[in-house]
Amino acid sequence: MNNIISQKSNFKGSESTFKFILKELKPRGKFLTPFNIISVPVIVLGVIIIVFRFINGIGSVTNLSQEVPWGLWIGFDVVTGVAFAGGAYVLTFMVYILNVKKYHSIVRITVLNGFLAYVFYAGALLLDLGRPWNVINPIIGNSFGTSSVLFLVAWHFLLYMIAELIEFSPAIAEWLGAKRARKILSGMTIAAVIFGITLSTLHQSGLGALYLMAKDKIHPLWYSEFIPILFLVSSIFAGLSMVIFEGSISHKVFFNQISEKNHKAQNGIVLSLAKICAGAMFAYFFMQLLVFIHGKHWDLLNTPMGYWFLIEMLGFVVFPMLLFVYSYKRNNIFTVKLAAIITMIGIIINRLNVTVIGFRWDAPIHYFPSWMEFVVTLTVIFTEIWIFRWVVNRMPVLRESPDWVKDEK
Amino acid sequence: MSFDRRNFIKTLGVAGITLMAADTFGTIKKDNKGNVEFYGMLYDSTRCVGCQTCETVCAESHGLPAPVGVPKSGVIRKTDELHRTVVNSFKTSKGDVFIKTQCMHCNEPACGAACLTKAMYKTKEGPVIWRGEKCMGCRYCMVSCPFDIPKFEYHSSNPKIQKCTMCNEKIEKGGIPACAENCPAEAIKFGTRRELLAEARKRIVQNPGTYVDEIYGDQTAGGTGFMYISPVPFKELGFSTKLQNKSYPELSKGFLYSVPSVFVLLPPLLLGIYEATKKNNSKESDENE
Ligand code: SF4
Ligand code: SF4
Repeated sequence: MNNIISQKSNFKGSESTFKFILKELKPRGKFLTPFNIISVPVIVLGVIIIVFRFINGIGSVTNLSQEVPWGLWIGFDVVTGVAFAGGAYVLTFMVYILNVKKYHSIVRITVLNGFLAYVFYAGALLLDLGRPWNVINPIIGNSFGTSSVLFLVAWHFLLYMIAELIEFSPAIAEWLGAKRARKILSGMTIAAVIFGITLSTLHQSGLGALYLMAKDKIHPLWYSEFIPILFLVSSIFAGLSMVIFEGSISHKVFFNQISEKNHKAQNGIVLSLAKICAGAMFAYFFMQLLVFIHGKHWDLLNTPMGYWFLIEMLGFVVFPMLLFVYSYKRNNIFTVKLAAIITMIGIIINRLNVTVIGFRWDAPIHYFPSWMEFVVTLTVIFTEIWIFRWVVNRMPVLRESPDWVKDEK
Repeated sequence: MSFDRRNFIKTLGVAGITLMAADTFGTIKKDNKGNVEFYGMLYDSTRCVGCQTCETVCAESHGLPAPVGVPKSGVIRKTDELHRTVVNSFKTSKGDVFIKTQCMHCNEPACGAACLTKAMYKTKEGPVIWRGEKCMGCRYCMVSCPFDIPKFEYHSSNPKIQKCTMCNEKIEKGGIPACAENCPAEAIKFGTRRELLAEARKRIVQNPGTYVDEIYGDQTAGGTGFMYISPVPFKELGFSTKLQNKSYPELSKGFLYSVPSVFVLLPPLLLGIYEATKKNNSKESDENE
C-alpha cells in the first residue's frame, strides 16, 4: 500500500460529482497485499454465514442458548467495539473544548475511526436481532420503551453517529471540493462535539447499565451497581490506547500522506496520551478497588474466578498503567505501544468478563462462540478496515487539507 | 461561532428530557392497604398431583407440541420455546412435592422494563404479554428476567419470544387461564392478586401443620402475579435463593434517572469551558475551525 501516492485535490469544481465518485470508487494501489489476501476470503465467508443466518435463524450459526441469549456479537462487537471507539469523544473534548492544539493532527483520523466503529460495531447489533424488520419501532415512535436502558443506548448510537458524521464532514467537503458546504459544516463542529461528548458519556456508561438487571447472572466480582461508571472511565483509556495503536499502524501504512511536521509531532502526542492513559487507569483501578471492598467478596478471590479477576486487575490494569508511567518518564515510544496493546487486551477481557465469561459462570454448560460467530466478527472488523482505508486514501484525513481551505481563512 | 448559545442549550435539554423522560415504571395501582390490584394465580403445591393437565391444555391452547417427559424427582425439566410451562417433582423432607414453572407475571417485570419497544408489556389486568408486531428480537428481556422465562426460537427466520401470557386473550373475554380452568386438583386458583394473597394467608393460618408460613411471590422480585404456597421451605423446591425482594427494574432506575440531568448540565458546562479556553487562545491563530 506504500505506493499509494498522496493525491492532490486539483480536480475542477465543474467535474460532475457523479463521475468523480465513480472514479473514486475504483481501488487504488496494489491489490495483492497480505491484508487483502487474508481479509477477502474471510469477508466472503462471513457474508455467506450472514445470509445463512437470516434464512435459518440465529441458532443455526451461533452457540447461543436460552440461558445465554447474548454472546460474542454483543459482548465483543458491540460492547467492546464501542469502548474502543471512545477515543473520539476524549480527543474532541481535548481539542475543541479544552483547545489543546497539540492533538489537532490526529483528531480527524480518530473521529473517522470512531464513526466507522459505531456504524459497524453498533451495526453488528442488527445481525443479532431476531426480528430486525421491527428495528424502526423504537425510533419512529410507535412504541417507545423509555424505561429500557437499551432504548437509551440505541438512540444514542444513532444520534452519536450523526454527530460524528458532522464532525467529520468538513473532510468530505474538502474531498469533494465543496467550499460553501465546508464552511457551513465546520461551523457546526462545536455543537456536534458538545452533543457528541454528552451522548458518549451516557452511552458508554449505558452499555454497562444494560447489565444492571442481570444481577444474579453475572459473577459477583464483576457485577456491582457501579458497572456504568467503571465502563465510562475505562472507555477513556480504552479509546486512547486504540488511538495510539491505530496511529502507529497508520503512520506506517499511510506514510506518504503524513506531512513532515506531523510525523515529528507524533511521538510527542503519543507520550502525552500515555500520560492521560496512566491517569485514567489509576482512577479506574482505584474505583475497582473501592467497589471490591464495598462488595465484600474477599472469599471469592481464592477461587478460579478470583484468580482470573486478579489477573485482569493486576496484569491488565496495574501492569500497563505502570508501563505507561515508565514510558513517559523514559520517553520510550516502544513501551507506550506495548502498554497500549496490553491495555486493549485488558479491555477485551474486562468487557467479556461482564458480558460473556462471567455471565452465567455457574451454569453447567458454558457458552463458547461457534467458529461462525468468530468469522462474522472478523468480517465486521475487516470490512470496517476496508472502508477506513478507502476513506483515508481519498479524503484529507491524515494529509493536510487542500490549499483553498487555508486561503479562505 | 455561528449559533445561538441559548437556543442550543435549550434544544439539548429538551432533547435529553424527551429522550429519557422519567418513565412510568412502578406506576401500578395499589389499594389503600398497599396491595397491588390485578389478576394473578395462586399455586398450591400440596394439592398438585403432577398430572400435567396444565402442560397439555397450555400446549393445546397456544398451538404448541404436547409435553415431553413426566415429573420425576432428580430430573429438572425446563420450559423452552415449545413448552411454556412444566411441572417438576422434588424429593423433600415431606415426601415428593410438585412445582409448576411458568412466567411469574411480576408486578414490575424486568422483561417489560428491558424491552425497548414495549413488546413485552404488563397489561393493566395483570398478565405480562409479548407482542410480535413490536418485538425486534433483541433478547434483552431474556438477559434481564430473573426467572429466565422468555424463550427465543433460535431456529426460525421469523423467531418469536415464547412465554406464558396468562392466557391474556381469554382474560380479555372474561375467561380464565387454561391451566387454572382445567386443573383437576384445583391446585391453581385464578383471581385478583389481593384475593389470592388473602386466600393464601387463610390456608396457611387454618392449616399450620400443612404449610410453611411463606408465600413465594408476595415479596420476591418486588412481588409477582403468580404465587406459590408449599409444605416445605421453597429452597427445597429448586427456587433460587439469590433473588432480591426489590423489583428488578429498580436496579437500573438510578442510572436512567440521572440521564436527563446529564443532558441538562453537561452541555452548558462544556460550552463554558470552550468559551473560556477560546479566549485564552484567541491570540494564537485559530486553526481548529
Ligand atoms: S417472570 Fe420474567 S418474563 Fe415473567 S414477568 Fe417476571 S420478568 Fe417478565
Ligand atoms: S426480544 Fe422482543 S420482547 Fe424481548 S426485549 Fe427485545 S424487543 Fe422486547
